[in-house]
Amino acid sequence: MLKQLFLNKRKSFEVFTKAIMYLSVGLTAALVLFLLLYILICGIPNITPELLMSKPSYLTEKIGILPDILNTLYIVFATLLLVLPLGVGAAVYLTEYATSKKMVSIIEYAAEALSGIPSIIYGLVGMLLFSNHMGTCLMAGALTLVIMNLPTIMRTTQESLKTVPQSYREGAFGLGAGKWRVVRTVVLPGCVDGVITGCILSVGRILGESAALLFTAGFAHAVNGLVDGLAAPGATLTVALYVYAKEQGEFGVAFAIAAILMLLTLLINFAATLVQRHFAKRRSI
Amino acid sequence: MKKLVITMLSMMLMCFVLVGCGAENAGSVSTDGSTSMEKVIGGLGEAFQNNTGIVFTYNPTGSGSGIKAVEEGRCDIGLSSRELKEEEKALGLKSTVLAYDGIAIIVNNENTVTDLSLETIAQIYVGEIINWSEIGGKDAEIVLVGREAGSGTRDGFESIIDSVDACNYRQELTSTGDVITAVSQNPGAIGYVSVASVKDSVKILTIDGVAATEENIKDGTYLLQRPFILVTKEDEALSEEAQKFFDYITSGDANDIISAAGVVPAN
Amino acid sequence: MKKNQFLENFIHGIFLLLGLITVGCVLLITMYLVISGIPAICKIGPINFLFGTEWASTAKEAKYGILPFILTSIFGTAGAIVIGVPVGFMTAVYLSKLACPKVKSAMQSVVSLLAGIPSVVFGLVGMLVLVPGIRKVFQVPDGAGLLAAIIVLAIMILPSIIKMSVTALDAVPKEYEDASLALGATPVETYFRVSVPAAKSGIAAAVVLGVGRAIGEAMAVMMVAGNAPNMPNSLFQSVRFLTTAVAGEMSYSSGLQQQALFSIALVLFLFIMFINAALNFFLKREKE
Repeated sequence: MLKQLFLNKRKSFEVFTKAIMYLSVGLTAALVLFLLLYILICGIPNITPELLMSKPSYLTEKIGILPDILNTLYIVFATLLLVLPLGVGAAVYLTEYATSKKMVSIIEYAAEALSGIPSIIYGLVGMLLFSNHMGTCLMAGALTLVIMNLPTIMRTTQESLKTVPQSYREGAFGLGAGKWRVVRTVVLPGCVDGVITGCILSVGRILGESAALLFTAGFAHAVNGLVDGLAAPGATLTVALYVYAKEQGEFGVAFAIAAILMLLTLLINFAATLVQRHFAKRRSI
Repeated sequence: MKKLVITMLSMMLMCFVLVGCGAENAGSVSTDGSTSMEKVIGGLGEAFQNNTGIVFTYNPTGSGSGIKAVEEGRCDIGLSSRELKEEEKALGLKSTVLAYDGIAIIVNNENTVTDLSLETIAQIYVGEIINWSEIGGKDAEIVLVGREAGSGTRDGFESIIDSVDACNYRQELTSTGDVITAVSQNPGAIGYVSVASVKDSVKILTIDGVAATEENIKDGTYLLQRPFILVTKEDEALSEEAQKFFDYITSGDANDIISAAGVVPAN
Repeated sequence: MKKNQFLENFIHGIFLLLGLITVGCVLLITMYLVISGIPAICKIGPINFLFGTEWASTAKEAKYGILPFILTSIFGTAGAIVIGVPVGFMTAVYLSKLACPKVKSAMQSVVSLLAGIPSVVFGLVGMLVLVPGIRKVFQVPDGAGLLAAIIVLAIMILPSIIKMSVTALDAVPKEYEDASLALGATPVETYFRVSVPAAKSGIAAAVVLGVGRAIGEAMAVMMVAGNAPNMPNSLFQSVRFLTTAVAGEMSYSSGLQQQALFSIALVLFLFIMFINAALNFFLKREKE
């Protein structure tokens, strides 16, 4: 009798938890599916070649997102160009040069703190630190993003540096190479996959960023070259989405941009998986 | 070694870009300020740029920051959708009215109310009237939608209905588009936005029987209106290009463009 | 030889400098926030500022009490955790233990997709779908408020919770589970009574990460929370979070109002630093 009760209890626990699990997974999947479909259905009909290839005009009341696409490219380029040497350098210091354990833990703690700071605070600090001195411009936005993405690049590089076998380094030292030479010829080539993964993750984060850029990079829609573009205020795609949806109530354009961003996110996730798979394969050989 | 040199070079390159960032472009006009003026100033700037080839930039940051930007010399002309305060004038700033903008009272398309008096609006916003049935509508609670503290539209609206800081908002939104969206999604909502940006998704009420048309705003019978102001420095001449732009938009030549943007030219 | 030694030292120095940049950034951010946040707190008075219940920054007799924002941020985050954590946790257990590899990888890309959606899009969809939905379902005059914000936040923290919990659960040694199974426990019992307790630090870290994400989110919340500076008395109350208080008034602010906004940012920053310390604590324990 008691045993039966016990077995029943076990059984119902099993059924109950399983049901909740399926429910949770279903809910998560349904949510993403709903969001994806909602955005694509509202957005894709509005993506026209004209929208992609023109700039907005107040006189003819047309909206084009070419300047925003260019600005996004510029800011991604500038941010990566600055953050890569910094992040990779920091990672190399941590894994190759640092001797004091305390120093390593301080730097790692700082990196963790940086990745936990919300983007609105980055926006404020970026405004105080950069925009107030050099004006509201893409470069100020890019510099803010550099600080934001530093921990990402650092972490991915560090992880891939750890997988470079110690014996490689020892072999190179044994052949009489100096520290720098070892780092340059053995260690750095080994962290390419980490750097690429870090870049992909950073690009994803830059694409989705709005709060940190609104106060630092402004939101103008002018078509510029790279250098002028970085020196002028400009909106990235996400900021443009924010402005069109909020200031002007242009939901068609907003959803079109949202759909483009979603497709880019899919592409980026796909690329990240491919890169990881590629390097995992190479490593296993 | 080579890589080191390349890294160094690229860093130096970035430094140059940084320096370039602070420098002003030659032959350009920069404006900064009110988000409500985006449509009118954007149109004027575009026409000016097409006619003269002088590069025009506009940074929609808000009236307050636009005024500050002029004061600190970060832009040529500031844009404000409220009159300058005394303490701002004391800093040596000068205001020139560019145009007048009506503030539209908007409700949901399902709402049956079509006209309100200024007094009633004030009573609604301070919370003395809380149900649409009290003023001839359906039995539904009135949902007050407004703008955030510091907005030029809110400032203008509250000072005209004489209830500055007495309004009892249900939602405080940070942009014109948000207010329109919130009102269009809720049958019981009422909100205020610049006439120029109203869309079909919401209904504009008449005030004491007067509609928010260009004539009514111009002759002052439509009471809910505020000026669009150009802010410059009192004792410092504009650059040649900026002066050209200033003259162009205040001369009356550009009135078509100003009207097309939905506001009433002052000159 | 001497030249070589010099070069080595020089390069060592450069890398040290690069390594210290993160520390420098954290110090710089802290310093700037403290410098720009302290003056207003001093002027208003710390007690009036932190425990004042009224916020009227543009009134003639301006009042700067941020207790409503602090409470809203705490309640909102707690609400998001209450909804988001069970769903995320259960999903994570399923993905890590029960799902076949194909489902697992498909769901993982779904979760990454959710993480990649810009927060503005969440706000937009929330405004067009969630807010009217709440109004109709609960028969309230307006749907924008605490509940809408909680739901949006709960959805936004799902990816962090799922990803981190899956990593923690995947790392549980297979031997533990095998031993439990061999003793006659069913798979589900094993996962919940053996694997989950073994991964509890990692899961705790996931929850803390979720708290950090929720408390720091600004753009999406601003579009659905209503933003009136009320005390969070009910789920349908229009409320303002710490983040939205800063983001909402920043662009128009001046003088003491702007300084007070920086003070709010400082308070938010302190919250985040506290959460970071907690996160670090759990992660350290996980490593050991």
